[in-house]
Amino acid sequence: MAVTPGTGEYTRARSTATAGSGKNLLDVKALKMHFPLTQGIIFQRQVGAVRAVDGIDFFVEKGETLGLVGESGCGKSTTGRAILQLYKPTAGTVNFDGTELTTLGGEQMRKMRRRMQMIFQDPYASLNPRMTVGNIIGEPLEVHNLARGGEKTQRVQELLRVVGLNPYFTNRYPHEFSGGQRQRIGIARALAVEPEFIVCDEPISALDVSIQAQVINLLEELQDRFKLTYLFIAHDLSVVRHISDRVAVMYLGKIVELADRVDLYERPLHPYSQALLSAVPIPDPAVESKRKRIILTGDVPSPVNPPSGCRFHTRCWKAQQICSEVDPEFIEHEPRHWAACHFPGA
Amino acid sequence: MATTAATAGRIAATPGAARASRSLWSNAWWKLRRDRLTIGAFILLTIFALLAAAAPLLSEYVFHYRFAQQDLLHTYEKPQFDNLAYLLGTDEIGRSQVVRLLYGGQVSLGVGFVAALVNLTVGIAVGLTAGYFRGVIDDGVTFVITTLNGIPQIYLFLIIAALWQPGPYVLIAIIGLLNWTGITLYVRGQTFSLREREFITAAHTIGARDRRIMFRHILPNVLPLIFVLAAIDVGAIILLESALSFLGFGILPPTPSWGNMLTNGASYFVRAWWLVVSPGVMIFLTVLCLYLIGDGLRDALDPRLKTH
Repeated sequence: MAVTPGTGEYTRARSTATAGSGKNLLDVKALKMHFPLTQGIIFQRQVGAVRAVDGIDFFVEKGETLGLVGESGCGKSTTGRAILQLYKPTAGTVNFDGTELTTLGGEQMRKMRRRMQMIFQDPYASLNPRMTVGNIIGEPLEVHNLARGGEKTQRVQELLRVVGLNPYFTNRYPHEFSGGQRQRIGIARALAVEPEFIVCDEPISALDVSIQAQVINLLEELQDRFKLTYLFIAHDLSVVRHISDRVAVMYLGKIVELADRVDLYERPLHPYSQALLSAVPIPDPAVESKRKRIILTGDVPSPVNPPSGCRFHTRCWKAQQICSEVDPEFIEHEPRHWAACHFPGA
Repeated sequence: MATTAATAGRIAATPGAARASRSLWSNAWWKLRRDRLTIGAFILLTIFALLAAAAPLLSEYVFHYRFAQQDLLHTYEKPQFDNLAYLLGTDEIGRSQVVRLLYGGQVSLGVGFVAALVNLTVGIAVGLTAGYFRGVIDDGVTFVITTLNGIPQIYLFLIIAALWQPGPYVLIAIIGLLNWTGITLYVRGQTFSLREREFITAAHTIGARDRRIMFRHILPNVLPLIFVLAAIDVGAIILLESALSFLGFGILPPTPSWGNMLTNGASYFVRAWWLVVSPGVMIFLTVLCLYLIGDGLRDALDPRLKTH
């Protein structure tokens, strides 16, 4: 069931800070993913939690690409996996096209998986070394009873062709392929169930630069062809700028800024986004030499024991008294431009 | 898109890219057929098994000597070709060593293989379940295993063997039901590490059920090493049977087994070395063949290894 304008569902969604229009495919609200830290051998007691994702709100519109950036360990991948219910979220809601995923039973969720897929970071680890390419790509078809026998073989060959591989490769094993080719196999597997939504979990980070471009082009081509919606997780800012419609910046388990691509890259509001973007090199020596870089001091605090108030205040050059006391709300400062900062802007 | 089309074109130009459809198993068989050592070991083991199975026929029509038949006038006959029944000599009460060896094969190979099969079935099932589901199930399994392993095994066998009348079936049950812990721990450990691999997450993502993940994804990755363990297991069981027989808790005389022939012959080693050598060689060859087969199967099942 889709969220239609005029229903109660729709009005409720509108009232929150990050609600988009009625065509949202995915609505994430107050999502938390904490991993408990336990102590003791027989009687385990919880001594704390890694707050990998600590209350994030965002939505993804149908057909768009939402880029999710942030440094290593800020909770980007965890967010992707918690959305797909590969981890059971600690709190919050994940609404996919009108269906609440966090409360779905095992079998219902299994059926929903047809509509949402994932492309993994490491093309070497994400393919079973003892299965042929045909079996790997054909498995989703078997699992969801989509095709059998000759029809399945045909479909697998078609998928290989779609991702730019030779359809005769079905009987080969993953180790016979290069990294870029393997990533294409992973993409073909994700496409097998004809999903609407794909979480791309750093799909190009493990590939070398020349192959990165090919895979990015393939992803864009597939998006046009199959009307796909992407959540594109990456830490390469220029790639995200290229592929995304909107970009969300994460820091220590929270989204600190979310805006349309151009807005975010031209006028970042949050100091962390500003610092992050100032690190992107500019391919023009004249501009590059005058480029003002913001160098952050210190390390990212531990997600086990995040700082009070605004999580970024320990490294922020704008920090005031209030920053260490009050956690800034995630507010729409400009139309479709949210940020969580007490002193947003330049 | 231009890139994609170009890639496809380049790849399509590779001649002979098509290959007959091959599953993991048919691929393994294809490779195995080219592995002479493994095939040789397999043939030898099959011959042993066939000879053991044909023991009653051979003793009646070839050797004309029953396995319990005694001949006190011909004790300690040296191996000779004059009389086929004395091919491998006779023992201290004039029984034909060769006939007893054939019958002994029935017991030793039978107990070894069937008990190993029980071990493997229990070990794989319990190990996979505990490793995959973890939590309470794993705690329970670990508790049972550590308890069983805490008791010295030979005592356990002796206690159980003393409670029931020893015989081939009891022996299979005892060994099969008590010796599974090693394989279980191994499979459990492998499952632990495999279930965290990304291709398992990928299988969850496409909506695969637990059973499919356990048997289609985890098991094929554990299986090759299980074959090696199985080969070692059969050898160990044959030796365990001989140890129990030596203590009088295994196969009871007059039924021969390689184990009790070996331990019995040990007392007469100075006088009749052939009584020790023949069962010893049989156990040695059987275990060797099993190791070779296990090793060959492991290689054949690994798609990353190419045989030339």
